[in-house]
Amino acid sequence: MLDIVLPIAFGLVAVAVVLSFWRLLWGPSAPDRILALDTLYINTIALLVLLGIHLSSALFFEAALLIALMGFIGTVALCKYLLRGDIIE
Amino acid sequence: MRQLLPHPLLTPILAGIWLLLNNSIAPGQIVLGLILGWLIPLLSIHFWPEKVYIYRPLTLLRYIMVLLVDIVVANLIVARLILGNPDRLKPAFVKVPLDITSDLAISLLVSSITLTPGTLSARLSLDRKYLLVHALNEADPDALVATIKYRYERLLKEAFEKC
Amino acid sequence: MLDYLLSFLVLFGAALTFIGSLGLVRLRDFYTRLHGPTKATTLGVGSILIASAVFFSARGTGISLHEILVTLFLFITAPVSAHLLAKAALHLELNSLAKIPRKKVREANALERADQTQATKQATDNAEKIPSTDGPQEPTQ
Repeated sequence: MLDIVLPIAFGLVAVAVVLSFWRLLWGPSAPDRILALDTLYINTIALLVLLGIHLSSALFFEAALLIALMGFIGTVALCKYLLRGDIIE
Repeated sequence: MRQLLPHPLLTPILAGIWLLLNNSIAPGQIVLGLILGWLIPLLSIHFWPEKVYIYRPLTLLRYIMVLLVDIVVANLIVARLILGNPDRLKPAFVKVPLDITSDLAISLLVSSITLTPGTLSARLSLDRKYLLVHALNEADPDALVATIKYRYERLLKEAFEKC
Repeated sequence: MLDYLLSFLVLFGAALTFIGSLGLVRLRDFYTRLHGPTKATTLGVGSILIASAVFFSARGTGISLHEILVTLFLFITAPVSAHLLAKAALHLELNSLAKIPRKKVREANALERADQTQATKQATDNAEKIPSTDGPQEPTQ
């Protein structure tokens, strides 16, 4: 059952990545692009975890955790930049 | 006591996170986790602006349960709205007056509003009296305000503020 | 049985992730677009992560719970980044389908700017003084 479901899940998440990427390229505004980047991070976590299940290897967990951390920090830094014009005061 | 253990709640939480991170419950890891949980609050004491008191832990637990159910429902509702015709959505900005004053309670409320059905908190006024909420599809703003106040804010007020 | 549970969680999560990104493309203005990724995608990835936790726990090499950590982290950070994005959008006064209470927002923006310049001024003033009153005043018990 899982063997049938996993490729479908991979496909769905891959399409999600493409859609987010389209929004990243298309814009039209800066917050739109930041939102698209944020979504891309989260989609990537989903892809990594699915790959971990597919290969039944727990090695991908650390990568997923790091992407989650870095993604959040990146989003916050970019938003701060939009709000204040600089990141570190 | 205050000097040695500035945040009694933070120690077990940090130890728990350490154990989850290492994915083991070996005795060595438990000891290391407890040491970290004791050391980190001690070193970061100046970064915590105010003391956190939880007056009713059970109410907070109930709040978390309500929230978990609502998050799942919220996602199904939003998923349906996205799949429907986007031109028929009626987004609206709604101003919600706040009764709670504690910083932690406000940030919890703001976060839960974002995670629950079709609403997203956009802006907290500087005096912390009003919250600007964006609703994805809302025909009746007053009902939304009443729901937020009754369902979430009341429980948080009970849990974090002395009555 | 476990197989079905896992399949359901994986499929549900992938579908929600997909719908979240679909919302990013389909919806008409920034504020409504913000709803898709913050809600649907977060729960979608959360459900995939829980599936992973169940999968690795069922392999018999001990219970694997560290996926819960990523899930928790995502659930804590998603509202924060959404709030910051909404704030940035209001700051830039992006177009919206809903009526923005513009006057209120402008007032808040102006106030915040004033507050901020004051805060930086205070910070530089404090830096010049001797740091004797630094840190929060801890009440001695």
